Amino acid sequence: MSQPLINLKNITKSFDGTVVLDDLNLSVAENTFVTLLGPSGCGKTTTLRIIGGFESADKGQVIFDGEEISKLPPNKRQLNTVFQKYALFSHMNIAENIAFGLKIKGKSKAYIQDKIKYALKLVNLDGYENRSVSSLSGGQQQRIAIARAIVNEPRVLLLDEPLGALDLKLRQDMQYELIRLKNELGITFIYVTHDQEEALTMSDTIVVMNQGYIQQMGTPEQIYNEPENAFVADFIGESNIVSGTMIRDELVEIFGARFACVDKGFGNNQPVDVVIRPEDIDLVAPSDGTLTGVCTHLIFKGVHYEMEVTTPGGFEWLVHSTDMCPVGKEVGIHVDPFDIQIMNKPASEDEEAVGVNE
Amino acid sequence: MSRLQRFLKRTWQDFYLVLILIFLYAPIATMIVLSFNSSKSRTQWGGFTLRWYMDMFSSRNIIAALHNTLLIALLSALIATVIGVTACIAINSMKSVPRAFVMGITNIPMLNADIVTGISLMLAFIAFGISLGFQTILISHITFNIPYVILSVMPKLKQTSRSTYEAAMDLGAGPVYAFFKVVFPDILPGVLSGFLLAFTMSLDDFIITHFTKGAGINTLSTLIYSEVRRGIRPSMYALSTVIFLAVLVLLIVTNFVPRRKEEK
Amino acid sequence: MSKKLLAGPYLVWMVGFIIIPLALIVYYGLTDRNGIFTIANVASVAEPEHVKALWLSLLLSLVSTVVCLILAYPLAMILRNRGIGRGSFIVFIFILPMWMNFLLRTMAWQTLLEKNGVINGILSLLHLPNQNLINTAGAIILGMVYNFLPFMVLPIYNVLCKIDDDTINAARDLGANPVQTLLRIWFPLSVPGVISGITMVFVPALTTFVISNLLGGSKILLIGNVIEQEFTRGSNWHLGSGLSLVLMIFILISMAVIAKYDKNGEGSAF
Repeated sequence: MSQPLINLKNITKSFDGTVVLDDLNLSVAENTFVTLLGPSGCGKTTTLRIIGGFESADKGQVIFDGEEISKLPPNKRQLNTVFQKYALFSHMNIAENIAFGLKIKGKSKAYIQDKIKYALKLVNLDGYENRSVSSLSGGQQQRIAIARAIVNEPRVLLLDEPLGALDLKLRQDMQYELIRLKNELGITFIYVTHDQEEALTMSDTIVVMNQGYIQQMGTPEQIYNEPENAFVADFIGESNIVSGTMIRDELVEIFGARFACVDKGFGNNQPVDVVIRPEDIDLVAPSDGTLTGVCTHLIFKGVHYEMEVTTPGGFEWLVHSTDMCPVGKEVGIHVDPFDIQIMNKPASEDEEAVGVNE
Repeated sequence: MSRLQRFLKRTWQDFYLVLILIFLYAPIATMIVLSFNSSKSRTQWGGFTLRWYMDMFSSRNIIAALHNTLLIALLSALIATVIGVTACIAINSMKSVPRAFVMGITNIPMLNADIVTGISLMLAFIAFGISLGFQTILISHITFNIPYVILSVMPKLKQTSRSTYEAAMDLGAGPVYAFFKVVFPDILPGVLSGFLLAFTMSLDDFIITHFTKGAGINTLSTLIYSEVRRGIRPSMYALSTVIFLAVLVLLIVTNFVPRRKEEK
Repeated sequence: MSKKLLAGPYLVWMVGFIIIPLALIVYYGLTDRNGIFTIANVASVAEPEHVKALWLSLLLSLVSTVVCLILAYPLAMILRNRGIGRGSFIVFIFILPMWMNFLLRTMAWQTLLEKNGVINGILSLLHLPNQNLINTAGAIILGMVYNFLPFMVLPIYNVLCKIDDDTINAARDLGANPVQTLLRIWFPLSVPGVISGITMVFVPALTTFVISNLLGGSKILLIGNVIEQEFTRGSNWHLGSGLSLVLMIFILISMAVIAKYDKNGEGSAF
């Protein structure tokens, strides 16, 4: 495997006595879209700012392409940042904003003109050279902020929750724009967000963070289908998390019923956490189900029906299905072995599921 | 930036801050020290005394001037606030052309040099046949105070949502009742800061008072001016110390007490 | 409709005590003692003593303004970076002297600068020769700077606070070193505050007579002194008004300059 482009080693950072990053280790491969995902306060923005050079870590090193850049100021690093509130220069017009970095580098006028045209075309804002910052909408300002950053041909683009202030439709459009940009430019993207849908849509790799360190790192499919602890399972998508007992490899017992699954290596008769996604629960006739229960809630959500099925013992299973089950009807629960994810019980509070829905 | 660089930068900054602080407070500190000097000399220390404070407190001139200053400040600030707030409400519902015109004229006393304002008012009083004295000082102070009130209240008034006022009317309130129960509490911070600003401007004014007071009456500023020109100093030092302490206490109270209330 | 009536008292007041007084200055300035129209009062600004006074006023107020600007800008920058956290206690300390009485502040410098004042006293103690500090142009500039510095600091501080940290971070991210960031980002964005500060210092400095009286003695006459004397000691109000008209022209020019550079009214001390 080739050397990672960015390597964070043992990064520790505190603010006012609170530890924000705790011995963080992260490597980012070149030409990938990496998302740092987590709730507010998990340290993802701080990590980004340390990479960008706007904060320095108390301990640890930042290594870029084999060289340590921890002490290098932001203007000397080969990265560019797109800030959350765009940070456009209000006293300059669009062309001057985009040209800013190039002028600092001393590029020729002709070069700069070309680059501005190219950048504006890339973000679908041709002809906006002479407009003022205040005349643009939020989405347009965001795209100019991106144009201003990429025109400097950085090897890495850092983005700090850039889509937070946009409305839903615009956000979705921008997500596709960003993927397209990444493919056209072929540079590494490091993206920070608390929105798991964004992360799942755009990333090659997702890094889930909580309380200053990495909970799990993997592809979107891995993170979604194989969460390693309750926090990750709960943060990404909706899930049913229950306590179970691992009888032996590939067999788990939940509420007295035994489910075949595909995980091994958790020991015999060990307490574990079990994650089953709502869309993976099949509702069948009571006699065909591994567990039986009664449907207690039904909401039509357009894309699917959302139902709650309560099993003896009181657990309310969240079920997403295109099939409808009326309230009050007895129904059986069946889950494909492949869709059952076994996790170790949380080793600390940080790994527990967060109760609040984002 | 390395730790060392950051430390050096901060130290230079602190050094600069201290220099400016010394520049700002040296004269004041000097006066405070000299106010306790029993010798009138500025360089010889003759021993500690409270004599100048006694002189100051027993001086009829000073007490009268203090009385005038406070009374005028209070009255002019109050009246300016009333006129200013009513003016704001009216201006707020004006169309843009008359509004710009009125706001333009409102800005004149603030942008004009005090000396011109003072002289123009003096000429006007004489032309109107109003004799110079307490009343003309009061009128002048009200005149330059109103713009400060308007400037403090207008932004608040603009911010106040029209819909809360309409909601009140919808629930059955008449315009006056709606104003006092809904709009006024909203603009109250602006009204208060306008009042305070007017009060302060009035307290500190010299030039305009100088021209419009006529003979026989003094505010603190004009008294200090005449005394200092005659070379009378030590009781003035005592006066400065007292004023400094009063200002200090006042500012601490207004700036730091409300904040504690907010934090609760 | 009744709202327009509310403006009544203020409109009357405005006319009576702002517009008419100004009109009176124009009247007095353009007439002589017999009420006949004349340019003489305004033209008298060309007389040598008046030219000298006006020139000196312009020079001293310009120097003071520049000194205030040079001192205030770094101060405002430092306060911006420090003051936001601590609930602006630090800013408070710097603004506090401003609320002391203006005359007392000027008198304080008299005490320090005089022949037998405090500074000379300290110099004597150190066996250094006494300096002739008071009744000089330098003393007046010192007095102006001391009195008006907070008026330069406040608007600049306010405008700097409005500059978001990320705007500065963006400039550094794009390759600008600290000097480039200062020149290309800080300065242009702080122009409204600077302009506001300049007008709040230049106009009062230009028209002062107190500072020149207390710190300049009767040797140094500024245009403010000349005008004040015409109204209090001499009684040629026409001449005084004529000169005031000239002064007002300078004030109008500065107002026009603000309007040009600060269209949004962003630079304000309040």
